[in-house]
Amino acid sequence: MNIMKKYMGKGVCGAIAIGSAHVFKRSEAVVKRERTDDCEGEKARFESAKAKALQQLGEIHQKALKEVGEANAKIFEIHMLMLEDDDYNESVNNIIDSQKVNAEYAVAVTADNFAEMFSSMEDSYMQARAADVKDISNRIIVNLADKGGESAGLPDRMIVCADDLAPSETVLLDKDRVLAFVTARGSSNSHTAILARNMGIPAVIGAGNDFLENIKEGDCIIVDGYTGEVFVSPDSVTLDAMSRRQKEDEEKRQLLQELKGKENVTLDGTRVNIFANIGGVENIGAVLLNDAGGIGLFRSEFLYLENGDYPTEEQQFAAYKKVLESMAGKKVIIRTLDIGADKKVDYFNLDGEENPALGFRAIRICLARPEIFRTQLRALYRASVYGNLGIMFPMITSVREVERILEICASVREELKAEGLEYSDSVELGVMIETPAAAIISDRLAPIVDFFSVGTNDLTQYTLACDRQNPNLEEFCDTHHEAVLRLIETAAKNAHAGGAWIGICGELAADTELTESFLRMGIDELSVSPAYVLKVRDKVRRTDLSVAK
Amino acid sequence: MVSKTVKVVNAQGMHMRPAGMIVAEMKKFPGCNTLLKVNGKDVKATAVMQIMAAGIKCGSEVEIVCDGEGENEALEAVAGLFESGFGE
Repeated sequence: MNIMKKYMGKGVCGAIAIGSAHVFKRSEAVVKRERTDDCEGEKARFESAKAKALQQLGEIHQKALKEVGEANAKIFEIHMLMLEDDDYNESVNNIIDSQKVNAEYAVAVTADNFAEMFSSMEDSYMQARAADVKDISNRIIVNLADKGGESAGLPDRMIVCADDLAPSETVLLDKDRVLAFVTARGSSNSHTAILARNMGIPAVIGAGNDFLENIKEGDCIIVDGYTGEVFVSPDSVTLDAMSRRQKEDEEKRQLLQELKGKENVTLDGTRVNIFANIGGVENIGAVLLNDAGGIGLFRSEFLYLENGDYPTEEQQFAAYKKVLESMAGKKVIIRTLDIGADKKVDYFNLDGEENPALGFRAIRICLARPEIFRTQLRALYRASVYGNLGIMFPMITSVREVERILEICASVREELKAEGLEYSDSVELGVMIETPAAAIISDRLAPIVDFFSVGTNDLTQYTLACDRQNPNLEEFCDTHHEAVLRLIETAAKNAHAGGAWIGICGELAADTELTESFLRMGIDELSVSPAYVLKVRDKVRRTDLSVAK
Repeated sequence: MVSKTVKVVNAQGMHMRPAGMIVAEMKKFPGCNTLLKVNGKDVKATAVMQIMAAGIKCGSEVEIVCDGEGENEALEAVAGLFESGFGE
């Protein structure tokens, strides 16, 4: 009988999950050098492990095709070509023959040599390809170690436990079977946390290294996304209590479901729009399911992050058109490229920076490389005829920047007109208020744009001089800090005086402790993760602004 | 043996995807030996890692040399890929 263990982390998405643990490991097999006289036998083992790897990659490729599209699935096709590469295969066979060693060792040495060749290249894109060689080689080594018998099937309803997860690693997770995430490291802004919020499933982040060292595959585990508690091998009392809480929680969610179709109006009749934030076309289902009035933030980065190269105008046009059509005339606000800082894309070949959050990112890249910016704007304007589009620009700090952006937009429209391509005349243009500078000069920005959208995560980080990726700073990163709230209030006042509307699309928009304050400031729109739409609606409908505070 | 010199026109040079496209194309011509001559190096057009490792950048000149069965068609096919910028 196992003894119950309890760990604490940060809960990032309210809900409780009970299930069996699946420990996500980047399996790096330990390879031993073993002498052999049966070189032919080793070469045959290599061939069969390689054949199996090709079959596995073929299956992953098919899954990726369905889930992330052809362009993003391409990588697995190339991995297959790499496995069949003549030089690679010759090298493995040569090492087996000349050194009379086992196949595992020959593959590992070959992988090191090829990875070294890529690592020593000047181009950072090519340097990163070393990881691809290691990846395919590791797959063969794992297959070689497999003494027959397919790898045991994953649990049906699993709780994924990991150190931290990279976005690419999530492609391989079967999203219907993931009940919850628990990670040892990471802050509430890590990719895992964002993903969990988008999927509307509970997660606990930063449960500590102890957790990962002790958790075993198949352990019974309870994740409380409200409190950040994780119970491993719970005793019967805890299991009963948590099952009961889970049931109550589900009933409450059920109640929230009944709020679907209701208006976002306070007791005194003040109306507000509640929109959803999404990071890709695949989240549109969640937006509609949760009855959001529109999309307040569509992060266009996924088009760039999941691609091996600059996405073409056609690729982008297809994605934007799909979102606009799916939302059937409801507002869709697409944010232009926001990479740099914590979101890196290899092929942009950006130099490393001492201080990336204050560096070359977002609109700064777009203005310095107008060809990338224009491609995105052309795709956006062309898609605008399929729905109700708003375009917003991130990381604004000056009026001059916004004027330049508006000039570029005008010239893109003229270019499309000259080519006889259609676009909508009612596309709204807005700016993110995510730097203190933008909030302070919002009186000058409001008259030249249609709307503001407050990015509270960055606004908090920049106002409080607090790196939001640093888990040690969470106590200093007070999201309710008066300085941040005053900046939002300033922006709201200036927006309305200048004839613009104002929304909030950061995490704070979903914080129901602040809903009333935001409504009193005159915020016109709150854009939250799809899972929070109904929770915020419930709060709005119970708020009465006619009662003096 | 036939050959033709082409210029790399796609902005990103010979990264993974273009390299993969060449190798996939060469599979249609198993009887033809094809080399890419670039920067004084001979790169086998069937070896995806060699092509990537050659670090062929936008603007580079590449001489394609095909020898064997279907050499004319193979040359045309590979040259076509380069000239179209690998569809980028």
